[in-house]
Amino acid sequence: MSDAKIEVRNVTKVFGKSPQQGVKMLNEGLSKKQILEKTGMTVGVNKASFEVRSGEIFVIMGLSGSGKSTLVRMFNRLIDPTDGQVLIDGQDIVKMKPNELREVRRSKISMVFQRFALFPHRTVLSNTEYGLEVKGSDRKQQREKALEALKLVGLEGYENSYPSELSGGMQQRVGLARALANDPDVLLMDEAFSALDPLIRKDMQNELLELQEKMEKTIIFITHDLDEALRIGDRIALMKDGSIVQVGTPEEILMNPANDYVERFVEDVDLSKVLTAAHVMKRPEKILADRGLRVALQIMKDAGISSLYIVDKKQKLVGAITAQDAADALKKNQKIEDIMIRDLQTVTPDTLISDMFEQVATASLPVAVIDEEERLKGIIVRGAILAALAGDDIQLNGNEVK
Amino acid sequence: MTLPKIPLGDWVDTFVDFLQVQLEPLFDLIRDGIGGFVEFIVWILSSVPAAILIILFTALMLWVSKWTNAVFTAVGLLLIYNLGYWDGTIDTLALVLTSVVISIIIGVPIGIWISQNDTARNIITPILDFMQTMPAFVYLIPAILFFGIGMVPGIIASVIFAMPPTIRLTNLGIRQVPEDLIEAANAFGSTTKQKLFKVQLPLATPTIMAGVNQSVMLSLSMVVIASLVGAPGLGADVYRAVTQIKVGIGFEAGLAIVILAIVLDRISQNIGMKKQK
Repeated sequence: MSDAKIEVRNVTKVFGKSPQQGVKMLNEGLSKKQILEKTGMTVGVNKASFEVRSGEIFVIMGLSGSGKSTLVRMFNRLIDPTDGQVLIDGQDIVKMKPNELREVRRSKISMVFQRFALFPHRTVLSNTEYGLEVKGSDRKQQREKALEALKLVGLEGYENSYPSELSGGMQQRVGLARALANDPDVLLMDEAFSALDPLIRKDMQNELLELQEKMEKTIIFITHDLDEALRIGDRIALMKDGSIVQVGTPEEILMNPANDYVERFVEDVDLSKVLTAAHVMKRPEKILADRGLRVALQIMKDAGISSLYIVDKKQKLVGAITAQDAADALKKNQKIEDIMIRDLQTVTPDTLISDMFEQVATASLPVAVIDEEERLKGIIVRGAILAALAGDDIQLNGNEVK
Repeated sequence: MTLPKIPLGDWVDTFVDFLQVQLEPLFDLIRDGIGGFVEFIVWILSSVPAAILIILFTALMLWVSKWTNAVFTAVGLLLIYNLGYWDGTIDTLALVLTSVVISIIIGVPIGIWISQNDTARNIITPILDFMQTMPAFVYLIPAILFFGIGMVPGIIASVIFAMPPTIRLTNLGIRQVPEDLIEAANAFGSTTKQKLFKVQLPLATPTIMAGVNQSVMLSLSMVVIASLVGAPGLGADVYRAVTQIKVGIGFEAGLAIVILAIVLDRISQNIGMKKQK
């Protein structure tokens, strides 16, 4: 069983008077709709089977009513499956006795909720300590671990605030800290960012990815937002009417939809909202300012380009020159600094293409891509954006679509 | 054709007689326990000089509530003292406090129980309806039989009448805790007890306190009825005024009850709010 952290086998949940009968009807091949018509019972999840690998972000994605929240609640048995197995590290959660289950919930698997579900009567710190507190660990250690978790999510200094005093984004950080405090292997995130407004949501997604690089937890993330799924998912499972329709990497799902449903789902994906500057940028031609105009002109000539970016010794972008200006300046005996265009359009590598259309369209020179330290990472030419949006994989710099 | 009358009354009589004989030691124990408790409270309250008690109440009100209420407390209690109803007020206060304490001791656990168990709730709820709608006078009769006359049967009747809100609102408060918080508590591996004490009860406290406040007011409303079986206090003063048709005394004693009611109401209401913060 390679590196499968969680194995889900034929997990089924039927809500209604006699769920077992519902399972039988499913086995006989009846559909969710037929069962509802015949018996009035609702099939929440219909024989879901997949594996979640250790250390990946596995996104379960579907529209509301597709059964994704029910499915994730069967991982820690907030909802008991009617049928099937959920193996975590080879142990079947479904068969566990209450005390064994409690132990797993306390140490192995934590959950982050859509509406945060923070305890309003407890401070941020004491919310974060909750999991450790019910586990009954040492008081001092509890505090240390909780403070550590709060630091991790950037909430230092808010320990004694109450949840109601915090913004939505900060509240969900507390939710995340609470889940991380008892250091679980598995993190269940049920629409964790859906209640946040779009900008905050994006920040949180980025932070989750950053955190994940350090922590390497196994994360199961539920969302109804395809863009979110594509952004953060290492692999995505698409759900419809309680069934898993397709499991795959974001690229597989985008490029090879398993059936019409998935195809219709992803056809509306705005690639410009998935691809970033890092995907489409080209290697820049650059030069140190003190190399002089002659060298600059030679580089441009060799590379067959009409503009060149100037960087300092730390690769920090300082400006750009055009070939025309450089040739004129050489005749007038000017230096690079005299003709350098300092007012450049720049973006960061994670800027979405959709966010840079205007800059790219209006800039006279290719837009420069710089990192936090203003180092030049690449340039963006219009043609590359068009090619990428047309679905030309070669343009994607070999970066996986994330 | 006439149907014979169902001898419901006779059955109840027989049942009460049976209880009276069979459970006498138990009733004696309850009577001594409650009687002792009330006497203890009366002894404490009356051994403190009236002035100090008034200051304590005013300070308590100032702490839990607005200063206007504190002023009202001071003026109101001084008026009671001035009119000469201080001893009666202490007896009544002891009766109300005892009833409320018993209501909480019995009512909160029952409330917790029926919040966890739907079958229990379905059985208890109609009993609570019965307790609240049966005319309160009726409880006096068996209470006299079981506990004699005096403070204790008055308290028993008050408890029966005043306890239901505490039970109901404890149940309601716990059931009203949002589902996602319960899920969170479960997801982190809480035991039922941890969930109850760390999440449900703290969040239900304001609602439970509203129930306690209702119990306070209902047991105050019982003081005149309790005086029918010999419970001393302001109720007895009102009762006497009624039987002797003395409007003045009736008004004075009635006013004292109103003042006490307002003071107890504001205190018990605001303690709940204060805790919530």
